[in-house]
Amino acid sequence: MALAENRGAGRHRLPRFQRILWKIARVLGSVVITMLGLMFITFIIGRVMPVDPVLAVVGERATNEVYQQVYHDMGLDRPLLVQFGYYIWDVLHGDFGMSLLNARPVAEDIRRVFPATFELATLGVLFGVVIGVPLGVMAAVKRGSWIDQTARVVALIGYSMPIFWLGLMGLLIFYGILNWVGGPGRLDIIWEGMVPERTGMILLDSLLAGNWDVFKNAFSHIILPASILGYYSMAYISRMTRSFMLEQLSAEYITTARVKGLPERRVIWKHAFGNIRVQLITVIALSYANLLEGAVLTETIFAWPGLGSYITTALLSADMNAVLGGTVVVGLIFVLLNIFSDLLYQVFDPRAK
Amino acid sequence: MMSDSLNDPRLGFRGWLLTDTPTSRFHARCVAFYSGWLKFRSNTMAMVGLMILILLVLIAAFAPWIAPHDPLAQDLAGRLKPPLSEGHLLGTDSLGRDILSRLIYGSRITLYIVTLVALIAPIVGLLVGTVAGYAGGIVDAVLMRLTDIFLAFPRLVLALAFVAALGAGIENAVLAISITAWPPYARLARAETLTIRNSDYIAAIRLQGAGPMRIITKHIWPLCISSLIVRVTLDMAGVILTAAGLGFLGLGAQPPSPEWGAMVAEGRRFILDHWWVATMPGLAIFIVSLAFNLLGDGLRDVLDPKDAG
Amino acid sequence: MSEKPLLDIEDLTVTFPTRQGDFQAVRGISFTLGRERLGIVGESGSGKSMTGRAILRLIRPPGRVEAGKLELEGTDLLKLSEREMQKIRGQRISMVMQDPKFSLNPVMRIGDQIMEIYRFHTGAGKRAAYEKAIEMLEAVSIRDPERVMRAYPHEMSGGMGQRIMIAMMMVTEPDILIADEPTSALDVSVQTQVLSIMDRLVRERGMGLIFISHDLNLVASFCDRVLIMYAGKIVEVCDADRLHEARHPYTRGLLGSLPRLDEPRHHLEVLKRDPAWLDAPSVSGRQ
Ligand SMILES: Nc1ncnc2c1ncn2[C@@H]1O[C@H](COP(=O)(O)OP(=O)(O)OP(=O)(O)O)[C@@H](O)[C@H]1O
Ligand SMILES: [Mg+2]
Repeated sequence: MALAENRGAGRHRLPRFQRILWKIARVLGSVVITMLGLMFITFIIGRVMPVDPVLAVVGERATNEVYQQVYHDMGLDRPLLVQFGYYIWDVLHGDFGMSLLNARPVAEDIRRVFPATFELATLGVLFGVVIGVPLGVMAAVKRGSWIDQTARVVALIGYSMPIFWLGLMGLLIFYGILNWVGGPGRLDIIWEGMVPERTGMILLDSLLAGNWDVFKNAFSHIILPASILGYYSMAYISRMTRSFMLEQLSAEYITTARVKGLPERRVIWKHAFGNIRVQLITVIALSYANLLEGAVLTETIFAWPGLGSYITTALLSADMNAVLGGTVVVGLIFVLLNIFSDLLYQVFDPRAK
Repeated sequence: MMSDSLNDPRLGFRGWLLTDTPTSRFHARCVAFYSGWLKFRSNTMAMVGLMILILLVLIAAFAPWIAPHDPLAQDLAGRLKPPLSEGHLLGTDSLGRDILSRLIYGSRITLYIVTLVALIAPIVGLLVGTVAGYAGGIVDAVLMRLTDIFLAFPRLVLALAFVAALGAGIENAVLAISITAWPPYARLARAETLTIRNSDYIAAIRLQGAGPMRIITKHIWPLCISSLIVRVTLDMAGVILTAAGLGFLGLGAQPPSPEWGAMVAEGRRFILDHWWVATMPGLAIFIVSLAFNLLGDGLRDVLDPKDAG
Repeated sequence: MSEKPLLDIEDLTVTFPTRQGDFQAVRGISFTLGRERLGIVGESGSGKSMTGRAILRLIRPPGRVEAGKLELEGTDLLKLSEREMQKIRGQRISMVMQDPKFSLNPVMRIGDQIMEIYRFHTGAGKRAAYEKAIEMLEAVSIRDPERVMRAYPHEMSGGMGQRIMIAMMMVTEPDILIADEPTSALDVSVQTQVLSIMDRLVRERGMGLIFISHDLNLVASFCDRVLIMYAGKIVEVCDADRLHEARHPYTRGLLGSLPRLDEPRHHLEVLKRDPAWLDAPSVSGRQ
């Protein structure tokens, strides 16, 4: 660590471009270590799981020889570290093993369910940004006003509400009572399989196929879970936006902008907001990552066939490979989003040395 | 001056607490605590949060006397009764059990989980963080890498994986949540340790011949604890939600125990026809986690006025 | 007295509500500004910057500005709407801010910051604004202005930042420039350079200049007239060339608190403050 810092200090005189490359290399190094650790933890979890993977393959009635043979074939008699090596090797090749439940490759399953989660989370973050950012900015500009108070209460409720319960209440009110939205699932049964699957995201697929009816139906299904996820990211994004903006609005350069005679709109959105843009992208990336967590529960409520419900189903049926594969993928996305926002910061903020 | 203020009958104990010239370290601490309390008391929302939590503790403590029914007693004839029906203020569930009584007993489980996590996670974090911060070098690098790795998972997903490995149940849920909750405390404790470690005060103690164990336990830990406490209060809402989420997925407390998250899951099947079965326990979770959030906000305002507002 | 002043201020007060009651940072001061160089001098916290900001009506709420009269060539600034006030700021009255490190937007290129004010007030196109900005940067003796236009504030030294600030605030050729300690962050050689640049620009363009500083000797050599402020009040008004005739003990103290080569002394006098100064009425700087 100390060594790395010393070397870093020597590189201060490098040109900007090379400095950035050096930084990226360091970040990548830490990603590799984090990912290895992440896989090690899931690997260990897999080993201590109270499920006998051999038994799951050979079945209850297999003879002892068959059992031993499979035990050996699966590499379970080798030292733990060697097994871990094989595990990494497989994961690097996109192989998470076979699902014990449906005997299909886990990686393939994950690839199949992932677009549904991606679609849901993206729409959720979109809601969160579109409402949360202006709300946070207004709350900071009009600090102490009713807008600020409202934003605070809305965020506080968001932080305190169990998301699965909010989902249920949403279903009860908007589907059960008002019937404004489609119920659980991604489509009503009659529309299923109507458009060819290209991206796996139904909204996009139906648009690509030009099928408006499917699009409308899909939209009526996704709107509720996406708003509920969006509420959570909105709560977080609006709070962060507010505190970033408050910090900038009290800075001297804001007075300069006013001295220049610029209208308040420009002072706020061009000058103050311009200074929080990079920070804000970091927050949005983080809230995207956090939505994955909310997605686990929301997908269960809305019978949404995504990564979240895949993991929980696997969990309840003790499908070890599926659980581990899902967990690694979620962790990977988490890490990548973090890295992405970090890099963005380094590259796009002119102040980052 | 100070003995005056103590003896002055008009000021009395309050005056002693408000003095500008404390006579002892204990006195100074009391004064600081009291002025913090005054500030906290003026924050209505935080007081509401505190009240709710006190109420929760009382309810949990006196559950057998408060609850109108046995939380486990089934009455298939009187199942799915709506709220405000005869003898069942909040109605009954699918097995005819009184929802109010189940909520009252459920508060014990919630408090149990919260208390255990609030003990385990910060202590683990404190250990890891102070050791890393004090030892520095390779130990620090390794331990901090480890916390980074744990932070690289979304909490609920990691907790799910751990519960899967350990088996469902309330103790395992506590363990899983604690395992996912310690890294932020470790970071906090490390940061505090680093600032304290380099202070003249610690250097002086070291000169007196105190060993690292003694310095960590007697001097660094006490100083870390106050910032940890605020952080724990702020995190408790999240812990409650995670615990309820595990319960909802069937991985926490097992039936028939009246855990709130599991109760929501039970009511989920009837949500469209018998809304109250899932609504009431969800509301209970919401209120308690809101109370923790309010309390945490108030505490932060008192201890860190910079972010206030 | 004959010619109408650019700026006419009477009984200007700036008040901040605080927990211990209202705090007056400026307590009823009066002065006028013609096409001259007016210095405002006083110790830290005496209310110099707040006076400058109050003229632009840029005291942040909950702070308040009150005045019997605050007129720019006959226009009552206190009666203007916020929108009308925006036309005054930057266009007719500009202010060079105290610390360039914090007063320039850190994520905007310097060129964009200069062009922004010019385009906003003149409606000029990009090309014209660019050329004007380059011209201004050259006017404040910045070498290689094209490079500076593309640079970010943190890449500039303190002296360059100060000159950029001056260029930015003068690009619209305002009638009045308020310069809030434009040289305090600079070393002596850069200081004289920046001063002479300002002096030339003010002379050439016939502006009124309010020059705020805590350095009385500097102000005396640079300005026509000097207001001495203490605790939010004007305690004395002098013509710069007659400063040695100043009678107020505070002014004499400020004059004496700097070591001088021609009058070696064994020890510097510590400024003594008389509580009576606080209650004395403010001296008028109106002409
Ligand atoms: N927002 C505020 N609330 C309360 N008091 C304030 C506020 N802003 C400034 N003041 C007070 O107003 C007084 C005048 O401040 P001002 O900035 O005008 O001083 P100054 O003469 O420019 O000093 P310096 O030489 O340090 O720049 C100071 O005592 C300051 O504490
Ligand atoms: Mg000032």
